[in-house]
Parts: sequence; structure tokens; C-alpha cells
Amino acid sequence: MNASAPVIRMQHVSKWYNPHFQVLKDCSLDVTRGEVVVVCGPSGSGKSTLIKTVNALEPFQQGTISVDGIDLHGKGVNLPRLRARVGMVFQHFELFPHLSVLDNLDIAQRKVLGREREEARARSVALLKRVDLSAHAEKFPGQLSGGQQQRVAIARALAMDPVVMLFDEPTSALDPEMVSEVLDVMVQLAREGMTMMVVTHEMGFARKVAHRVVFMDQGEIVVDAPKEEFFGAVTNERARVFLSKILAH
Amino acid sequence: MNYHWNWGIYWEASPEGTGSYADMLWSGLLVTLEVSAIAWVIALLIGAAMGVVRSLPSPWAKRISGTYIELLRNIPLLVQLFLWYFVMPELVPDAWGDWLKQMPDAPFWNSAVGLGLFMSARVAVQVSTGIAALPRGQQAAGTALGFTLPQTYWYVLLPMAFRVILPPLTSELINTIKNSSVALTIGLAELTARTRAMQEFSFQVFEAFTAATVIYLLLNLAATWAMRLLERRLRLPGYGAG
Repeated sequence: MNASAPVIRMQHVSKWYNPHFQVLKDCSLDVTRGEVVVVCGPSGSGKSTLIKTVNALEPFQQGTISVDGIDLHGKGVNLPRLRARVGMVFQHFELFPHLSVLDNLDIAQRKVLGREREEARARSVALLKRVDLSAHAEKFPGQLSGGQQQRVAIARALAMDPVVMLFDEPTSALDPEMVSEVLDVMVQLAREGMTMMVVTHEMGFARKVAHRVVFMDQGEIVVDAPKEEFFGAVTNERARVFLSKILAH
Repeated sequence: MNYHWNWGIYWEASPEGTGSYADMLWSGLLVTLEVSAIAWVIALLIGAAMGVVRSLPSPWAKRISGTYIELLRNIPLLVQLFLWYFVMPELVPDAWGDWLKQMPDAPFWNSAVGLGLFMSARVAVQVSTGIAALPRGQQAAGTALGFTLPQTYWYVLLPMAFRVILPPLTSELINTIKNSSVALTIGLAELTARTRAMQEFSFQVFEAFTAATVIYLLLNLAATWAMRLLERRLRLPGYGAG
């Protein structure tokens, strides 16, 4: 792949739930290698829908999206293969409750990437150590706190060696005291150069590691600006109102 | 009531000349077990497949599984067994019909398959309910990791769906065993049929049906106990605790 080509290129993406309700309106966005893009906006603005179009979890009717140079709707595209290269972290963790923590990390490596048991296990063990959960390797998801589950979910996505990581409100379902342990892992990941697209209201995280901030409202990308500009002198009225609301406390 | 009680009747020779009445009941119990076991395997396999089809978003999938389920669920089991046994051989090409009629153990296979299909509709409903009960994000998580749709079902959805529906499946297993008694109407020598035979040969109606009652009761209690054991083995630490 061309090193300078964007990892995610989204062009004029529109999506309708029905003829009268358009959730995404002509959204265009590039995420280049090593870039961290934070997507924010009021609830119902389409930001979760937008991020889910990147790995085709949400279908869309108009526009094109390519990941690592491969068009999602291209002829002969193996969507499962493509998705395997895009890590995704969900708001509600979505670990597999019937598998131990290690098996949660192993299963897609083995069944999707075809890795041998030992190879997958070694990778899983290393990643669990990285998110500081080695002591919980044999436990089941139901035995972990929300923060721990989300860190396992991040490790599970990383185990696939993704070219980009998508985070869909990764801390919204967490008790307040667990937010920082998850953000710490994400900050570390960003600093190591992982390409990331993050839907979040955690503006502290955005200030710390984001390169760009995208603001969405009513299905439109209203602002797409470098972090400094966004927090310094955002001129868009809707974005200013939104920011003043979430930064009020 | 002028009834001659004889609790020793079980050990007396039956007029069939192949052993005691107890042996008669025993052979009936074995047939009940065999027919129920085969029917249950059919019910689980086809029920799981139809339950999966019913959970797919495609309207065609819903139509196909819906038709299957409503047909098999809304026609009495007795009528279904008669349809398979008496009507179907006349409807298919002659050669197949002859083969069906001349098949050794035709009542046995008809009962096993007929009962299995009848129960599969009920299992299908349970399976699709179990899948629907899982968080929507589970399928998305499987898909996002690169699983194909069949892999997502096999590795992610079905293992949890079956755990969710184990208690109602226990009822369906017991229903399968109890419903196998209907097979006596197409001439299968299962437990109820052998009990009726014992009653007719010996006139000891109370002893015969007391035995059947106790055997069915013990059999179903054992099935319930086995399913509970399975439930306990599959229980997930911390799951459902909060």
C-alpha cells in the first residue's frame, strides 16, 4: 500500500433509514496513517452510524469508502477479510460471555486469520499483559468490571493486527471511576502511532492525543479541523454551543 | 369394585411366550427410549437450523421458517403421524411408496421422524427466541472481527442462545418422551402399547398402568435431572449476576 494514501477515505457518503429520514448527509473524511481523529456531536447526530459504515457494519446508499486502499463496495471484495483488518471497540464491550478472556482474544485469530493455537495464544498473552490484565486471563467476562472488559475488548481488536482502530463511544457505558483506565490504554495506543477513529465526548482525550476533531450535527460533518483550531477558535456556531455545553462542568 | 389385585403379575409369563410381563414392559421402554432419542436429535438439528433461519433479517427466510413452524405446530401430532404413515406413501411415486410400505420397522421410523419434525417446530421457536434475547451488539462484534455469518452464528450466537434456552428445552425433551406414546396408534410397540397389551392379556389394568405411570415418571425425572446437570456444567461464572 502507498504509505501516504489515507487508511480511511470516505467520500460523499449518504445513508437513509427510510425515504424521509437521512442519517448521513454527504459525509467526506480522510484518516491518514498514524492519525487520531475524534468524532463528536450531539446524540442522534449520526456519529456512531458514521463510524460503523467504515467496516460496513452499517450499509449506506451513496458514496464510497475505502479502507487501506480497498473499496468496500468494490468487485470481489471479501468483506469479512477486510473487516478483520479494522479493529472495532463497542460501547457495551461485546465480549463473548461463554469464552474465557484468553479465548475471547484467541478465537478470531484462529478462525479468521488461521493462526495456530500456540501463535494466537502467545499474541493474546502479550496483549493481555499490555492492557495490564494478565491476572484475569482465565476468567470469564462476567467476572470482570466494565473497565476491565473494555480493556479486554481493546486487546481482542488489537490481536487481529488491525490497520486502524475504531472506537464507538468506548467509555460511555462505564462507571466514572473506570473511564480513565480505558482512556489510558487508548492514549498509549495513540502515542505508539496507531491510526484511530474515536467517537467520544471525552474532550480531555481529544485535547491530549487527537490530531483532528470532527464535529457532526444532524447527519452532517459540520467541522473537520485540526485539534488546536477546534479547541482554540472554532467558528461554527453549532460546534461552539455543543462545546460550551459539554465543557461547562 | 370386585377387582383381583395381583402385584406379582409382572413376574408371570406373558402369553407371547417370550418372557414375563416385566420383559414386555422392558422391551416397550427400550422402544420408547430409542424413538424418543432419535426424534430428539432430529428436533434439535432441524429446530436449530429453522431457528437460525427464523432469526435472519431476510423476509424470505422468515416466510420459509414461519410456514414450516406454523404447519408443524398447528396440526395435531396424531394427525401428522397418520399423514406420514398412511397418506404420504400414496402421494409419492409408486416405487417410493412401495419402499416406504415394505420398509422393515416402518412404524418405528415413521414415529421417530414424525415426532422429531413435530418437535423441531417447537425447538425452532425456542432457538430463535434465544438468539433474539442476546444483545444486538454480539452479532456486530462477531462480524467486526471478520467472522462470516455462519461463523458468527456458530462461534458467537448459538453457544449463548442454547444456554439461554436450556430450561425451556428441558420441557421440550420431556414433551418428546411423553408424545412418543402417540406412536402406539400406528402400531409401534412402545411402552404405552406394551402396557395396553399387558392389560388385555392379563386383565390387570391397575398393575399395568401403575407400572407405566411410574416408569414414565422416573424416565422424565431422570431427563430433567440430566438437563439440570448440563445447565450447571454450562453455567458461566459471573454471567447474569449484574
